[in-house]
Amino acid sequence: MSLTDQLVQYLVTGVSVGAVYGLVGLGFAIIFNATGVINFAQGEFVMLGGMCAVAFTGLGMPLITAALLSVAVVTAIGLLVERLTIRTLPGASIMTLIIATIGASFVLKGGAKLLWGPEAVILPAFSGHQPLHIGAAGIAPQRVWVMGVVLVSVIGVQLFFKYTLAGKAMQACAINRSAAQLVGININRTVSVSFGLSAALAALGGIVLTPATMMRYSQGATFTLTGFLAAVVGGLGNGIGAVVGGIMLGVLEALAGGFIDILTSSLIHSGYSKAIALAVALLVLWLRPQGLLGRREREAG
Amino acid sequence: MSAAPQRIEKGIHWGNLIRVTGWLLLAAAVMSPLLLGEGYRLPGGIGKNYLLTIGIFTGIHAIIAVGLGLLMGYAGQVSLGHAAFYGLGAYTSAILTAKLGVPPVPAMLAGIVLTAVIALLLGTPTLRLHGHYLAMFTLGLGMIAQIVFNQARGLTGGFGGVRNIPYLGIGSWQLDTKPEFYIVVVLALGLTLLMAHNLVNSRTGRALRALHESELAAAICGVDVARGKLQIFVISAVLASVAGSLYAHFMRFVSPGPFGFVFSVDLLIMVVVGGAASVWGPVAGAALFNVLSETLGRIGEQIPWVADLDIVLFGAVLVAVIVFLPRGLVTLAGRRRGGVGEAASRPEIQAEA
Repeated sequence: MSLTDQLVQYLVTGVSVGAVYGLVGLGFAIIFNATGVINFAQGEFVMLGGMCAVAFTGLGMPLITAALLSVAVVTAIGLLVERLTIRTLPGASIMTLIIATIGASFVLKGGAKLLWGPEAVILPAFSGHQPLHIGAAGIAPQRVWVMGVVLVSVIGVQLFFKYTLAGKAMQACAINRSAAQLVGININRTVSVSFGLSAALAALGGIVLTPATMMRYSQGATFTLTGFLAAVVGGLGNGIGAVVGGIMLGVLEALAGGFIDILTSSLIHSGYSKAIALAVALLVLWLRPQGLLGRREREAG
Repeated sequence: MSAAPQRIEKGIHWGNLIRVTGWLLLAAAVMSPLLLGEGYRLPGGIGKNYLLTIGIFTGIHAIIAVGLGLLMGYAGQVSLGHAAFYGLGAYTSAILTAKLGVPPVPAMLAGIVLTAVIALLLGTPTLRLHGHYLAMFTLGLGMIAQIVFNQARGLTGGFGGVRNIPYLGIGSWQLDTKPEFYIVVVLALGLTLLMAHNLVNSRTGRALRALHESELAAAICGVDVARGKLQIFVISAVLASVAGSLYAHFMRFVSPGPFGFVFSVDLLIMVVVGGAASVWGPVAGAALFNVLSETLGRIGEQIPWVADLDIVLFGAVLVAVIVFLPRGLVTLAGRRRGGVGEAASRPEIQAEA
């Protein structure tokens, strides 16, 4: 395989993994805009999406039914998390609310371990394993599914914000809570919708990713961390920025993993690929604190 | 006729009585593992050694939690990577003493210097900005540190870790028994608390309290906001490093496991559950955390389904404490301290929106 083909291969892998990071980041952005809270249970929704889909197909349901039902179940769990944490703590500090979502993530992770055990589960690929060829690079069809579903979801979310009343209310809420409340927007309902929507997005990501990488009860935290990084690198509160940030992280990770052994001697090896992606992300943030697409922050002191 | 003034003199000052009783109970609780007989068993087969181990871990965790509490409750910043500073201290001590033969105390100091430099490099650019930037950078640092602990096999031994770390000690005087080490940890925690108490009531502490009320107003009054935050951040990182060195000399073995993101979150839990806006809160949080996880672990050994349920129970207890005691366990110890507690627990949601 030539270097260009390798490059294509790594790029596609990177974009498809990064797309899921981006989807989680988008969920972070939606909840952050509505509440100012970083929802640390976000990654658990990805895990639950994948786990539910495996369970429902295991019951003999066709894939599409299982997927829809999984999204519905995870959305309901998202709403429940909001009801049991954010809603029960009016007037609590942001820090307290964040820790409450961490508590919720423990419950979800533990629940998944009880239901599905510690083993990784897998879903059959949506459309076989025959790789698609771009030059000599072979691309698993599931990767295409991942990218396609993420693209459609991101466009869907943008349309929702632009053209529906609930979406507009959420944007108003993000711009100015008090003003939004003054013009009669129900803040509580907006916050509920934001949790439901983020959970649904994360679940979709989990469902399409499971056939490509398998899913385990303990994997939620990884998605939370990388999704959070994606959201901040893109500019916290900026949905499209989060998706761009996620894809950037995924691509960096894949490229570092693929090329590092060629470029350097044994001093640094591919085990560091994630560390390199993180370091670059932090460097971006250091140079551009508002994130790739974020608004400019005010400086203090 | 003179009954009224006499009654005032003789009347019991309940506040003082409660305070004195509290201190006595605390002293008794701290001393009890030392005084327990060697062969004596508490219910559940808990002996002296076991109690000392829990006490040592609680103390080590509490040292970090007090620093993190200062950062969260007074500087209003979150660190998601304190486990990395803990790990830096532990690995510096481990590598210098076990591999290079450096005595424990200079090795611990080297860990402190290394951690302080890294904290300065991270804090200087990020603490000038509003929002979650410190959280972000510390999270990134934590993840990178975890990867380095695992991958830099030549230095850290990778997954296998560093073995044969010597006992903590100076010259021929070595802390080679558990009760001795326990006393040292208690003393270290005491010093930490004293330092934290002084810091909170110092010029910097007052400035930070003002900062919590209103950053703008504090800045107008001439408070160097970024500098105050940076000072606290570096102190909290150094405390984590010291705790890490203690851990290394207690276990005499370090591996990447205890220094990951999970422990950073555990530390946040200790601080928030205990109460970030007080010096003692994080100590209470660390104690509850360790006792609860040990208890659940013990019950899990007897009743298998509890072991499967432990994560769920832990999360549920955490959410319950936050819902019913949003300002942490210290609320139980009385509400006499206003000031900072009030400011720290005020809904920031309005300020941020």
